[in-house]
Parts: sequence; structure tokens; C-alpha cells
Amino acid sequence: MQFGIFTVSDVTTDPTNGTTPSEGERIKAIVTIAKKAEEVGLDVFALGEHHNPPFVSSSPTTTLAYIAAQTEKLILSTSTTLITTNDPVKIAEDYAMLQHLSDGRADLMMGRGNTGPVYPWFGKDIREGIPLAIENYSLLHKLWREEFVNWEGKYRTPLQGFQSTPRPLDGVPPFVWHGSIRSPEIAEQAAFYGDGFFANNIFWPKEHYMRLVSYYRQRFEHYGHGTAAQAIVGLGGQAFMRSNSQAAKAEFRPYFDNAPVYGHGPSMEDFTDQTPLAVGSPQEVIDKYAGMREHFGDYQRQLFLMDHAGLPLKTVLEQLDILGEEVVPVLRKEFATNRPAEVPDAPTHASLVAKRDAALADSAADAPATV
Amino acid sequence: MSDVKKIAVIAAGLSQPSSTRLLADRLTEATVNNLRERGVDAEVTVIELRDLAHDVTNNLLTGFPSTKLDAAIAAVTGADGLIAVTPIFTTSYSGLFKSFIDVLDPQSLTDLPVLLGATGGTDRHSLAIDYAMRPLFSYLHAVAVPTGVYAASADWGSGAGSVSSTLPARITRAAGELAALAAVSDRSDRVIDPFALPEGFSPVGSFGAQ
Repeated sequence: MQFGIFTVSDVTTDPTNGTTPSEGERIKAIVTIAKKAEEVGLDVFALGEHHNPPFVSSSPTTTLAYIAAQTEKLILSTSTTLITTNDPVKIAEDYAMLQHLSDGRADLMMGRGNTGPVYPWFGKDIREGIPLAIENYSLLHKLWREEFVNWEGKYRTPLQGFQSTPRPLDGVPPFVWHGSIRSPEIAEQAAFYGDGFFANNIFWPKEHYMRLVSYYRQRFEHYGHGTAAQAIVGLGGQAFMRSNSQAAKAEFRPYFDNAPVYGHGPSMEDFTDQTPLAVGSPQEVIDKYAGMREHFGDYQRQLFLMDHAGLPLKTVLEQLDILGEEVVPVLRKEFATNRPAEVPDAPTHASLVAKRDAALADSAADAPATV
Repeated sequence: MSDVKKIAVIAAGLSQPSSTRLLADRLTEATVNNLRERGVDAEVTVIELRDLAHDVTNNLLTGFPSTKLDAAIAAVTGADGLIAVTPIFTTSYSGLFKSFIDVLDPQSLTDLPVLLGATGGTDRHSLAIDYAMRPLFSYLHAVAVPTGVYAASADWGSGAGSVSSTLPARITRAAGELAALAAVSDRSDRVIDPFALPEGFSPVGSFGAQ
């Protein structure tokens, strides 16, 4: 079971004092936060991709490579990589590059992006979001697995004898997650390829995501990648913690009340009742997230959103201390207890290389001896 | 097909009691009576939008309904017939009425028989049913019955010497039109598969694996 954090890279005014970090400050804060994630023992740092303010992360692989150079074990991922508006050829090359530079500590999560104007800025149409995600990923999948690619589709110019470069590290493509909050087509796509499925699970009631995850698990089994329990599931989450519940609520409330996504809407109490947001003591957060496996089945990756809504860097780093020292160690034990042996860990570069080698050894053993 | 037809009623009046609810109740009673004459029982769910005003706003902001609002949405979208009644504010349906419609899945009212009703202080706004409400439900592919019922203050009781209101006759005619469609609707028996993939969908795209 992997634990980590994901960020959307928003530049948001701190509602308690009216200060707004500059883009430069926010970008450096993201790097500091990622390094802190490794320091407190988290496994994964995932960064979003956006092309419109107030978000600063337009080039995730640049940032992730910079973080990779300053960390040892942290897995670097995305939340998400825009499979709709990016050229799949460039995704293939950028993330293979990151894979080499990080010694295999890179994977990525495909997402469509939900901001209408971004699509035409990149020559695309949001109404074609799903067909774009389907076709572009089909090409990306091929580019990482075949040396020379001939290809023709609807959304980019055809390719003849194209070889993307560099080739994936050790000949094994980075593991891919597909993120979706409502589209069965994307769950179907993830299941078809035997890729991971990630439900961000933060802004809506968990029941909604449970149905989507359950559908993905069934389809994963249908396509012959293993049992439904062996499907690769990741979940988002959101928490704010202080040593006691009252202090956490009092400190987080102004950030909640003014947050870009849910601010000026439901009360923090209603929202924490209705969604996976947890605001309280470390034990309350542990209780809420230890229960997730009962709703979603045993899963592979849990990411928390910790640095949004104008929370100052100092506070975020304190939150990571609490998460890494008090919450995640307990969750690791809880999730390990009674975890069925058939449930796999999240794929890593090492596990994917071992799996590929085992498959090669199998097929060599099956092949008739040649003279 | 079940013997009981489900009728949902939306009343968007803001005061309590409201003339909007009063009209909604009259339309409901007439519809239920007409269904009974056809040998059809009706199960009625009345939704007072005033009670859901905060939930509707929160849904607009967060993108998901509260449990209470979710139940109301399910009652409307899974009905065999809908009676939708709004006060006319500033030449059109009220903002709360439209906000509730806005949180529905745009596909979810397809082929739903709807009786349109509206209330206002003066009969000079009576065409709001036809230039505001009717296009809204047409866009949603609902089936609005031909007779809309508008009730102005004067319809509830006229001064001495004025002509008597035609409101009861309009209610009866509109309710008959709705009941005729609701009686043969199978909408409330349908099972909607939220994971139904579009026809022709392929996980590798329209060009297929290459």
C-alpha cells in the first residue's frame, strides 16, 4: 500500500491574512512540499497539470525531474497528465525521459481536464474529450511498446516508422493510472488495458466513487487481468489535523469557507459528513481513512490533498509531519491487517521489470528447443 | 408495468402558504382523480423547493446533492408525470425553480409528461408559461401537455360583478391531458444503468487497435 500526496498547484490568497504567494514562491513551495513528503516517509508525490491561472503547474515533468534529483525514494506521479490536449507523442517522450532521470521512480495518471477554453487553446474541443482520451492513449500505449510505430487516427497527423525517444527505461513503460470522477468510459479503458484506476474521492460523497470503482473492478476481471480484487485502485483524500479536534476545526474553517471548490456553500460539518474530507485529530483522520477499504475493497494507493485553498507553506509542512508521523504509520498497519494475499501492491518499476522478465522466461521455457 | 403511477409535484412558491402550492395541490387533485377514473392509482410526491433552497445552492457550488435533495431529484426524474408550478418573477420562472432544474441531469427528464403551472399577481404574465417554461422543458425533451395553467390573484376569487374565473375548467383540462400520458408511461419502472457505455464505444478508439 502506497501513501502520498497530490497537489493541484493552485495560487490562492490566504483568507486569514490576505497574502498571496507569487508564482515563483508557490513553485518553490511545491518542491519543498515534495521533499518533505519523502522526509516524513510518504511514498508518492503527484503533481497536476494546468494551463490557466490560478494554477502554476503547466510542465509537470520539469518540476518532477527537479524533485527527482533531490530525493531518493519518492515515486513521482501526476494528478493528472492531460491526455486530451497534449500530443501523445510528447507525453511518451517526456515521461520516458523522466523515467530515466528518476531511475524508474515515475508513473503517471491520465486525466481529461475540465476547463472548456483550455481545449481550443491547444487546438482541441472539450466535447471530444472522451474520444480524445481514448485515441490518444491508444497511441501512447503503442509508442511505449513498439520500436517503430505506424499509426493513423482522427486527432493527430499519421505516423510512419516513428520511434519515440528515449525508449522506456529497461524497455518497461511507466505504470499508468486513469483518473475519472464520473465517466464509465474511462473506467472501461483502465480495465481494458489492465491499468490502474484513480478516483479523486475528495469533492463528492464516497458512494459516487464506490460505484465507479466497483464497475472498474468488474471490468478488470472481465478483460482477464485478474480477479476484481486484484484490480489496481487509487483514491484521493483530504485532511486537516491538529492535536485536538476543536483546534483543527477552528484553524481550517476560514480556509474551508473560502476554498475555491466548495467555499461559500455547505458548512464544513455537512461537507465532512457527506465527503471524505476529515478535519480533526489524527485519530479521527485514521478512523475515516482506515474505513475506506471496507467501502472500496483493498486498494493500492492513497493520496491526500494537503496544500490548497491558500494554506501557508509552514502549515502544510506541519500537516505533513502529522500525516507522516502519526497517521500513515497507523494506516499502514491497519491496511496490512487481514489484507488478502491475492491483492497486489501498487506496481513499481522494479515489479514491472520482474513481471516482464518472468513472462519472458515463461515463454522461453514453453518454446520448443531449437537446434 | 406497475398499476401505480408516480406523480411528482414541484412547487416553487416562496411564501408559506403560497398560491403556487395552492395551484399545485389543485392540479394534483385533478390529475389523481382523472387517473382514478382511468382505473390507475397514483403515488404523489410533493416537493416544496423552499425547503430545499440551501441544498440546491450547495449543489450548484459543490456539484453533488445532499441526501435530501437527492431524494427529491430521484422522485422527479423517476416519475410517470410531473406537475411543475412556479411563481412568475420579473417575467419568468423564479430563480429557485430554474436552479433546481439546473441541478438535474439534462437527459433525466427525457419523455417525462409535464403539466406546466404558474402563478402571478396579474394575468398580464400568463404567457410566461409558453415563452419561458415550455421552451425549458422542450430543451430537456420532456413532453409538456398543451394546456398550461396560469393563476393570477383574481382567479382565486373575483370582485362582485366580474366574470367568473375559468381556472377550474383549465385545471380539469390540463389534468386530463397529463393523466392520459402518465397512465401509459413506464418511466417509473425503468432501470437506468449509470455505466451504460455509448453505442459503438471501443476502449481503443474508433480506429481500433493498430
